Amino acid sequence: MNTKTLIRRHSAPTRITHWINVLALSLLLMSGLQIFNAHSALDWGQKSSFTRPWLSMTAQERDGRLIGVTEVGGARLVTTGVLGASGGTPRGFPAWATAPSWRDLSAGRRWHFFFAWVFVANGAAYLLWSLFGGHIARDLWPRRGELSPRNLLHEVATHARLKFPKGEAARHYNILQKLSYLAVVLVLAPLMVATGLTMSPGFNAAAPWLLDLFGGRQSARSIHFICASLLVLFVAVHLAMVMASGLFNNLRSMITGRYAIEEDRA
Amino acid sequence: MKGPSRRSAIGTACAGLAGLWLAACDRVTKSPKGYAALSEAERLTHRVQRLVVDRKALAREFAPELISADFRANGSIRPADPAYAAHLTGGFVDWRLAVDGLVERPLALSLAELRALPARTQITRHDCVEGWSDIAKWTGARLGPLLDQARLKPEARFVVFHCADNLGGGAGEAGKYYESLDLIDAYHPQTLLAYEMNDQALPVAHGAPVRLRVERQLGYKQAKYVMRIEAVADFAHIKGGKGGFWEDRGYEWYAGI
Repeated sequence: MNTKTLIRRHSAPTRITHWINVLALSLLLMSGLQIFNAHSALDWGQKSSFTRPWLSMTAQERDGRLIGVTEVGGARLVTTGVLGASGGTPRGFPAWATAPSWRDLSAGRRWHFFFAWVFVANGAAYLLWSLFGGHIARDLWPRRGELSPRNLLHEVATHARLKFPKGEAARHYNILQKLSYLAVVLVLAPLMVATGLTMSPGFNAAAPWLLDLFGGRQSARSIHFICASLLVLFVAVHLAMVMASGLFNNLRSMITGRYAIEEDRA
Repeated sequence: MKGPSRRSAIGTACAGLAGLWLAACDRVTKSPKGYAALSEAERLTHRVQRLVVDRKALAREFAPELISADFRANGSIRPADPAYAAHLTGGFVDWRLAVDGLVERPLALSLAELRALPARTQITRHDCVEGWSDIAKWTGARLGPLLDQARLKPEARFVVFHCADNLGGGAGEAGKYYESLDLIDAYHPQTLLAYEMNDQALPVAHGAPVRLRVERQLGYKQAKYVMRIEAVADFAHIKGGKGGFWEDRGYEWYAGI
């Protein structure tokens, strides 16, 4: 017989910083795409190539019609309506993805730098609390045996079948959650901030070593874009998992902290 | 509700929320108060960068191999102003750079006099606010010694650069490009009035006869076709009052980011 027990899942600092982060990241993404649209191409190195970026979104005329073309590496894709051209005008990302929706680089920058400060302050508060309050060591750091190939394969297999743990196991994050949260918190988020700062000509004078670390300002711009894409991918999978493992229960746990687990008493 | 109907209800709700969210972003952008609140970040960024970046810290300089073969010319590429056109035809022999405003000793420098001032050569990166970068070698008179020659009055806090080009901001003087710097950047060792680019006289597309180089800020601060330098206590009375052509159109005055 299964009975449900409400446990305390997320502490208040986790919940508060989570929702501030939702707000900041969404606006950083949308204003970031607005900024990207001002020069919808990416290069490696210190300077722009203009003629051979590794990624570009352009608008081209074909039979009197505007088509959007996205080029990545050597591949050329027609992406009319979404990338390169949408709403009958040339623009990298479409109006529904950018803040503001119309083309306005200066407003995009205002949004971006405002929420960059929110993101940094919120992230710093979360990291300090998680490192010194034990959240990372207790809840996120992999335990002995969790990283064994056997366990990893097992977790991947059960996740792929959308089978989620019950009972005692549901009280803790599983290893896939731990690894993806740690990657976001300790790798992607710091990389976003560091590559963002590397694009600042003012900050370059204070920390020229960042230019060497990332291989130049245009490389930093590329890495900033790639890390943002990985964050979008993380959020997509995260949301899918939230839905698959119980939308209401997960939402409640991230708002009130209470999470229902099914006790296995069979 | 089970299965598809529930899923479609969630989908509809999400699409509705996304629509509201977008509309809210646009409303905040259009509301003067919302925009002013977002713009508070500029002050914070400016203050923090001044705090962590040493006043004299240099912008990165590059090896000659990295100089861009085809440095992009942005903004004006050939000013239509008749007085400028006449100077251009005459090879700038009668051209004089005015240095005035809050100075003890106003100057009117010819190109030859400018070339006789303490100079510097540097290979630096030019970062357009749009996101692209180019690299070029610049030679020019250092702004600091030039301002010392004009002797700034104690109440001078900014220097304003008045330019010959009009980027479409209205007829006559009102629409002409301008920029401004505080004295920290004006006296920075890499801040130049550049008259040479890649060992040649500065091309017209890049601001002949003289353009500003302020290497720790974005491209729109690098005013081209500089005709007059004015020392001021503040720039609220000049044109849009925000200290520059693009600043009057919403861009940050502090363009170090």
